[in-house]
Amino acid sequence: MRSMLVSLAAIVMSSILTENYVLSQAIGICPFLGVSKRMNTAVGMSLAVTFVMTMAVAVTWPIQKYLLLGLGLEYLQTVVFILVIAALVQLVEAVLKKYIPSLHKALGVYLPLITTNCAVLAITVLCATRTDKLIYGMEYGFVSSLVNALGAGVGYLVAMVLFSGVRQKMEDANIPVFLKGLPITLIAASILAVSFLGFGGIVEGILGVA
Amino acid sequence: MAKNNFGEFTKGIIKENPVLVLLLGTCPTLAISSSALNSLGMGIAAAAVLICSNAVIAALKRVIPDSVRIPAYITVIASFVSIVQMLIKAYVPALDKSLGIFLPLIVVNCIILGRAEMFASKNKILPSILDGAGMGLGFTLAITFMGIVREILGSGTVFGFDVTKGKVEPIGIFAITAGGFFVYGILIALVNKIAKRPNQSPGCAACPMAAACHGGAKKEVE
Repeated sequence: MRSMLVSLAAIVMSSILTENYVLSQAIGICPFLGVSKRMNTAVGMSLAVTFVMTMAVAVTWPIQKYLLLGLGLEYLQTVVFILVIAALVQLVEAVLKKYIPSLHKALGVYLPLITTNCAVLAITVLCATRTDKLIYGMEYGFVSSLVNALGAGVGYLVAMVLFSGVRQKMEDANIPVFLKGLPITLIAASILAVSFLGFGGIVEGILGVA
Repeated sequence: MAKNNFGEFTKGIIKENPVLVLLLGTCPTLAISSSALNSLGMGIAAAAVLICSNAVIAALKRVIPDSVRIPAYITVIASFVSIVQMLIKAYVPALDKSLGIFLPLIVVNCIILGRAEMFASKNKILPSILDGAGMGLGFTLAITFMGIVREILGSGTVFGFDVTKGKVEPIGIFAITAGGFFVYGILIALVNKIAKRPNQSPGCAACPMAAACHGGAKKEVE
């Protein structure tokens, strides 16, 4: 039991710090650059992404394991997953609108954008490829995938919040004209990504997993 | 007419280059461009999907109801991505390995959905194919150029050939994502300087889903 918790903690920590989707894998860059100007939009978008990522993995993992692998239909993975995500986003939006209007008010505007956010498709494909393999000394199953998706979402949130802080500071900075706008934003993202390199090996070091 | 069609082809290469001017498809541009060969492979794969999906969407534009057009486009694109994925797995397994997760992610590449939404859904089949070919070529050229720059700086090679002959120590950081952000930023600054264009701020304008998100997100985000 203890070793299982350690493995899950390792999955969460590595997906936030060392395998950060935005900063070390360059996944989900459009919203990262597009809505990170203000803290509240950055947080709203990241929470919506986290929510949909976890839901999507909860749905696609059983589909991959029992339907696609079971019937030998792995080649349909891309088509099935993207359609499931598109349908799921619609469903989530409708359910939130009806039953939790306050949450819909906070996240609703971001939901339609999330279908084409590569982070969601990426986590479902990643979890599908890891299925039944040994990750941090534990067989990768349904719980690990959910934890992995949640961790990746939190990692997304961390990157967005950090970067929106950086961008707010940059608004007042005196930037050379030819770097204004997108170029300086990308260079700032580059420096943030470099700083995340410092976390290399931290998961293995703290938790003692291989 | 012929001249017009040719214009559809050439605009994607420089004037409306999807990566450097329209600022679309940033994820594969940043992630894959650490080596020139991978970039070329990614560019060709995405271009093939773009040409086919543009052709099919232009042909089906009267059949697809407006309210479900985005899911319909995504399905068409995903089918072609699956085909390309299978072809690459069968004939270039090394490329399949190095592109990894970014191969299925071509489905959500904003360039492809963006061209479907902005061009193929409003134009005839031939101009759509030419538009797809031009945009695909523009994407391939831009990502390969970035791949060459990052490969020289990051590992001292071009397409795997040693060019610095060990005389210059490679700067490893250019081979990882952080270097991708940096090179992309400098490249856009240079393009804007040469074209004498003001720098845009990154925002929702380029996103193909901008029209689909009720306009509500736009207000919120601006």
